[in-house]
Amino acid sequence: MSQPRAKLPPLASLTPYLWLLLFFAAPLGIVLKISVASPVMGQPPYTPLYEAGQWLINWDNYRLLFDDGLYIAALLNSLKIAAISTFVTLLIGYPMAYAIARAKESHRSILMMLVILPFWTSFLIRVYAWMSILSTTGLLNNFLLWLGVIDQPLEILYTTFAIHLGIVYSYLPFMVLPLVATLSRMDLTLLEAAADLGAKPWQGFLRVTLPLSLPGILAGCLLVFIPATGEFVIPDLLGGPEALMIGKVMWTEFFSNRDWPVASALTVALLILLVGPMIALQSLRKREAAADAKAATP
Amino acid sequence: MSAHKRPISPLYVMLAFGYAFLYAPIVLLVFYSFNESRLVTVWAGFSTKWYGELFRNEQILNAAWLSLRIAVVNATFATILGTLAGFVIARYKRFPTRTAFLGLMSAPLVMPEVVMGLSLLLLFVALETAIGWPAGRGAVTVTIAHITFCLAFVAVIVQAKLASFDRSLEEAAMDLGARPWKVFCVITLPLIAPALAAGWLLSFTLSFDDLIVTSFTSGPGASTLPMVIYSSVRLGVSPQINALATIMISVVALFVAVSGWLLYRQDKAKRA
Repeated sequence: MSQPRAKLPPLASLTPYLWLLLFFAAPLGIVLKISVASPVMGQPPYTPLYEAGQWLINWDNYRLLFDDGLYIAALLNSLKIAAISTFVTLLIGYPMAYAIARAKESHRSILMMLVILPFWTSFLIRVYAWMSILSTTGLLNNFLLWLGVIDQPLEILYTTFAIHLGIVYSYLPFMVLPLVATLSRMDLTLLEAAADLGAKPWQGFLRVTLPLSLPGILAGCLLVFIPATGEFVIPDLLGGPEALMIGKVMWTEFFSNRDWPVASALTVALLILLVGPMIALQSLRKREAAADAKAATP
Repeated sequence: MSAHKRPISPLYVMLAFGYAFLYAPIVLLVFYSFNESRLVTVWAGFSTKWYGELFRNEQILNAAWLSLRIAVVNATFATILGTLAGFVIARYKRFPTRTAFLGLMSAPLVMPEVVMGLSLLLLFVALETAIGWPAGRGAVTVTIAHITFCLAFVAVIVQAKLASFDRSLEEAAMDLGARPWKVFCVITLPLIAPALAAGWLLSFTLSFDDLIVTSFTSGPGASTLPMVIYSSVRLGVSPQINALATIMISVVALFVAVSGWLLYRQDKAKRA
């Protein structure tokens, strides 16, 4: 039989394509459309885009985003909280990943599994677990009181600190996994060469290991930063009423204020903010996959 | 000086600290689910009464049953669609709109959940006004939403498996005259079965656990387990939720232990 021609995918594979066009791409288009509609009473609670031969485009929702300080503050605050949390996650995750990558081969898979395991248990439950630790009558406060470090309970739950803690805790596995991948792929003879040339261990780390693990650092940071920016559960359960994060504002705008056009405009703003990081993550993944494929073929 | 040849490096201290950080909250939750007292932080003796109350709580039981059904249907559909997609990505390097296809398959992986939830809800509402389907929102719309974000995860897993896959068996089958569809069913599918199982389980977990997309796409009368947990937890710590969490954690732990043991045995059998 002759070599099959460069062929088209079988027809059946069109189904996932169509599925995502209908249930992923089209909805984003609808968000865009409703973000320039006007809110009305009724079902659906927004005006059509095109009616009686004319386009009805209403930029007021976007104008509101800029004029009302609340939305800008929420956007900026989300970025700030996500950035700080991502950095702290990196500080905790890097040494962990380093230790795992340098552990004995036989131990490595169980260490990795222990990192992934919490991910299989409910996210909501893990965030909830912190509520009973951080509350004023919680374990942490009781412990500190018992130690005598403080003489009255601290407000830890319902603060920005608690949000940071929740994000670091929930997303730590996302940081560790790509770091382990790049660190364990590293050629250790490079470090020996550096040592032979007189580099001290910390110099070897700073000038060899760290630069070589940059793709892992970047991937890990993006994997934490992107979902953390749009996070809703963590600021809602652990943050205070003044915890302004964009995901929470969107939720309130939608469910409490029932202003769908403004919620849609906020969604578009969030997407615009995150599209850069999302594309960066994709191209990084592609490069990593190519590197893996290259390493796999002798 | 230490008697050890190698002193414990600060690196391993960091590692231990990291694991303690990951597991301490979970362990505490389990511990306090057996607390007699309603106050989570005061230990008043061992008791399983919260488990009893949990099993008498209709609302939670109904929600768990609904979540279970949605998760199973979702995982099955997501695995079928995701496998097809992963297969196309791994095997068809050039076809029109491949770039768009790749973009569509990977964007759901990084899309914030609030965005997906809101946009799907708007689609369902727009469809309902335009063609009358779906009439209202409930288990069906939630399942559709879950399949949408799960299929991308399955596609990634399947595609990775196919990328590290020895094609000589497929070629042999082709040479022996098997049709492509038969090759796929008889050779390819069994070989990538572990990836399908992993994809199914991941989809199940993502669905069973999802709060945000579900809250947007669900309707009255269709409250899933995370929705019930969330509305109860918002009011503060509840011992019943601790008991529920303990059950959920035990199921996962048991499952991981069993599959780990099976893998270990398989590994040993291979080596022997």
